[in-house]
Amino acid sequence: MEKKRRANTFVEEISDIPGGEGVRLCIQCGTCTASCPNADRMEHTPAQLIAMVRADMRNEVLSSNAMWYCLSCYLCTVRCPRGIKQTDLMHALECLASREHLSSGRTRTPTLYRSFSDFVYSLGSLSEVGFMAWFYMLTNPLRALRMLPVALALLRHGRLSIKARRLTPEGTKQLEAILDKAESLGGVS
Amino acid sequence: MKYYTYFPGCSSSEGGAKAYGRSAQIVSQVLDVELVELDDWNCCGSTPYSSVDELSSFCLSARNLSLAEKRGFDLVTPCSSCYVMLNRTKSYLKEYPKVKANVEEALAAGGLQYNGTVKARHLLDIFVNDIDYDIIRTKIERNLKGLKVASYYGCQIVRPRFGLDHPEYPESLDKLVASLGSDPVPFPLKSRCCGGSIIISDEDVALDLIKKLLDSAVSNGAECLVTVCPLCQTNLDAYQSSVNKKFKTSFNIPILFFTQLMGIAFGLSDDDLLLKTCIVPVERVLAKYP
Repeated sequence: MEKKRRANTFVEEISDIPGGEGVRLCIQCGTCTASCPNADRMEHTPAQLIAMVRADMRNEVLSSNAMWYCLSCYLCTVRCPRGIKQTDLMHALECLASREHLSSGRTRTPTLYRSFSDFVYSLGSLSEVGFMAWFYMLTNPLRALRMLPVALALLRHGRLSIKARRLTPEGTKQLEAILDKAESLGGVS
Repeated sequence: MKYYTYFPGCSSSEGGAKAYGRSAQIVSQVLDVELVELDDWNCCGSTPYSSVDELSSFCLSARNLSLAEKRGFDLVTPCSSCYVMLNRTKSYLKEYPKVKANVEEALAAGGLQYNGTVKARHLLDIFVNDIDYDIIRTKIERNLKGLKVASYYGCQIVRPRFGLDHPEYPESLDKLVASLGSDPVPFPLKSRCCGGSIIISDEDVALDLIKKLLDSAVSNGAECLVTVCPLCQTNLDAYQSSVNKKFKTSFNIPILFFTQLMGIAFGLSDDDLLLKTCIVPVERVLAKYP
């Protein structure tokens, strides 16, 4: 899908995305950064990311690992004195980075999210075992060994179902038609 | 009898948190609440899908909302992530005409439409607001007085604001725990994140967050912790031994779904509530309350 670029600057581009318009309202108070449970893991803090968007640092922002450490806990969003939907802004940056294949290689989270979404796209429902196996195959199969004790504990307690729940054939077809159309519409912006 | 359309979500359906779905259903029966599962529902996409393709993620929820609209009852989910995805979709459809137009066009490709009339609610909301604490109190069959419980809300049931309780200092679950006869303990981190969305991709980061939560609960005297989200339960329960290994701690605190604690208080059997699916065993704590 080719990106529809109508904006001249990065801040315009982000403002055009539903949920991203708040980027212009930021007063750089840093409440989001102070509230974020993962700010210390980010190459750029949430407040810095906004400043960088406004400084037109498109490439640096989209290839940052910062938004991939966002846990979607929405603490920044409910605390922002300017009413910026900071978490939604993070999602918008993640979506843009994914679409343009700029996602940071310094975290495995983009790959995880992609495998999760691929599974949901093709099955309509999530098979935990299946998507995890796929994810480990895409990243590092050896890391699966580290996960083994947890997986065995889940299995012993009857919590790992191998069989995935499936939609009816009609439901599967319907969902596929909806998602294909959504993809052809090319994102929300 | 009160009727609802029920959206279990993948995890509470046949996934790792099926004990949640099972206990939700059986406790609802005791309270004259009928949860009728939505036919042919699909995954909500959760945080991952909305971080990769937001429009598609709205469409996933819009299909479920559209199917639910045909039934005409409130749509109830026990999962905090499904709850946020459904409500975010509703608010984006309302707030952004561009999103609405795109979602409508996509739904139409599947022969569906959504008119925006469905209320999406969390199961906790039903029990504390539609049923009320006083009714719940009348169903108690087992005395849990003295059982110290940490009420853990996690993030997405209270944030962003979809109207259920305070976004940082919620109380509804504590009140429910108290109405069951057990004692809610002070739990300063009760609405902090467990790191569920990155536990697989960045385990070490998530373990730090889980440890802080367990510390906060245990140091306040909690003997068990109750959750309102399948991912939080799995994180705190299945990864507790990983936390102990990483930090050389010795946490051994059972993690229950709030519906399981309700079922215990209502005198339902361990098998009915699938208590054996808890990885940190709960029997030792419950033995004190015959």
